Amino acid sequence: MRRTIFEGLMRRPLTEAPPVPDDAMLAELAGSVDRSARRLLGRSLSIREVDAGSCNGCELEIHALNNAFYDLERFGLRFVASPRHADVLLVTGPVTKNMREALERTYRATPDPKWVVAVGDCGFDGGIFAGSYAVTGGVSQVVPVDLHIHGCPPSPTELLKGLIALLERASAKV
Amino acid sequence: MSTLIDNIQGKRVDNHRPWPRLTVDAQAWRQAGSELAEGRATLLGLWGDAGASCSVHMAIMDEASKIALLSLECPDETFPSIGALHPPAIRLERAIRSLYGLEPAGAPDTRPWLDLGFWDVRHPLGARITPPAVPSPYAFLPVEGENLHQIPVGPVHAGIIEPGHFRFTASGETVVRLEELLGYVHKGIKSLMAGATIEQAARLAARASGDSTVAYGIAYARAVEAALNVEPPPRAQYLRALMAELERLANHFGDIGAICNDASFSLMHAHCGILRELTLRAAFNCFRHRLMMDRVIPGGVSTDLAYSGVTVLTELLQECRLRFPRLIGLYDNTASLQDRTVGTGIVSSELARRFGASGYVGRASGRNYDVRKSPGYAPYDQLDFTVPVLTEGDVNARVWVRIREVEQSLALIEQLIDDLRPGPIAVAIEAGSGEGFALVESFRGDVLVSLRLDGGRVARCHLRDPSWFQWPLLEAAIENNIVADFPLCNKSFNCSYAGHDL
Repeated sequence: MRRTIFEGLMRRPLTEAPPVPDDAMLAELAGSVDRSARRLLGRSLSIREVDAGSCNGCELEIHALNNAFYDLERFGLRFVASPRHADVLLVTGPVTKNMREALERTYRATPDPKWVVAVGDCGFDGGIFAGSYAVTGGVSQVVPVDLHIHGCPPSPTELLKGLIALLERASAKV
Repeated sequence: MSTLIDNIQGKRVDNHRPWPRLTVDAQAWRQAGSELAEGRATLLGLWGDAGASCSVHMAIMDEASKIALLSLECPDETFPSIGALHPPAIRLERAIRSLYGLEPAGAPDTRPWLDLGFWDVRHPLGARITPPAVPSPYAFLPVEGENLHQIPVGPVHAGIIEPGHFRFTASGETVVRLEELLGYVHKGIKSLMAGATIEQAARLAARASGDSTVAYGIAYARAVEAALNVEPPPRAQYLRALMAELERLANHFGDIGAICNDASFSLMHAHCGILRELTLRAAFNCFRHRLMMDRVIPGGVSTDLAYSGVTVLTELLQECRLRFPRLIGLYDNTASLQDRTVGTGIVSSELARRFGASGYVGRASGRNYDVRKSPGYAPYDQLDFTVPVLTEGDVNARVWVRIREVEQSLALIEQLIDDLRPGPIAVAIEAGSGEGFALVESFRGDVLVSLRLDGGRVARCHLRDPSWFQWPLLEAAIENNIVADFPLCNKSFNCSYAGHDL
């Protein structure tokens, strides 16, 4: 174990340079992040992930954000266990009817100011699952959404771009 | 030699491949149930159908690895319960009852399954869709005794995981009973597949459980190919196996790390996470998608191996063979970690056999079952690999089965790239009709797909995730363990919520 830890300390980090957010993402966020929130939160956001019916592909890539290559915490972003501790809800899936109430209650349990980021093509409008008796058809059908990150599933780099965009808007000086 | 399946009385249906489908009467149906109960056959699946007439289908495998699909028509919307004889069928029958409105006569448990009372309809897949009943609270099984307390968990869990509800009853720290309540991610995939084109349904099958997207892709494609009696070209079969083994590698790396992380040993998690990421990047560089979603299509594969693919994979193999043995040593030599995993969450061999548990859950409890070997499918019949089987049935055994499977997958990838020959990667799929069935080994266990095609469209398609027969074993595994070991046990199973709920 000592050798593994020592080599880990001596080796060049695997972590990659941060991606630059897309203009489209910044534009979508422009209206949703207000000044008082920025003052309150500085450059740090806590994220609560909610699977509202995803195929678990998005979860795999969200998990990858914590690995050595993407290292989400260096941006001041971290995943928390309770919505009570969260600033951001990261929601995946088309929102099944069986998960609608759980998502609404998670949203209500999250203190203000808060943002909702919908992840994945099915989180946008139900995607491939739209029209089924068991889905509502996208996160924005159930809770207000500030940012959509597209992809099926979005790669960790795409997820990072979206979250950095949110962070920059949340902490930008006016 | 005639085996159990040959002796089943029934009328063989034409155009069902590769294994026979027999329409049986209620007596033969019950007889099959008692064969299951006495351990002479394994239940592979049980599901409803509301086609021209209501029926139920049951897939079984006998001791000679022969497979048959039994179909029983139920004109009066009822059928003899298999669950009354063979408990592994109970949840499957509850799902049939909730989704199709078909009544399993004599069933021991008539509570709904998957239907949590939030839909606008009742029996959404049945012949008669009815308005929803007034929802009543779900009746968890009663627990009696002194000083017991209950811990409700979920559906929203503390980590980045899928939703489901767990109801623990504990005496102090010890779990007396765990009861699962699933269905939160039910998306109605079967209803979306009915009437869809072969291509649309392929995209849905690839999203049944994202972590097994390649395995589901292959299983669906093989079922379509069986129904239409077409054979994908050899190169496509090799590329499918290559993708399947990359998927197995990525998931096993992720799982081994995550299990150790749930025992608070984050060093393994960090290093396994690197190997997982390297595998996904290699997959992207080979097939232009990290999870290789939609790369397997009926008739072959949609994406050929990239020009630099062999180099990318050779480098991946080198990197894994350099790093992984040290991680195995780290796992094996860390006493505090072993203290958590050895002897925790034991599944008895008897229970694994009765439930027909596949994948690492079955193989860690002495069940030598891997559909790549038996019944087997191309190209694995031409490849050299072994199936690791352990008997301890604890968290540690499930870790070791994964470790050994990683080694086998690395060897398989090497053979596949050595033997890969140029050639076409797909054949055209003509519109046609027929019935197909397929079993494919995902990293988690056997994925079953059964479908009927009608004039180039999917008339019905049933997908059965291996988790159906693993979730109930988790309830058994956690009994008499402490509450704090639940995340560890759960991760060592890593059942799919999405694949189960569909």
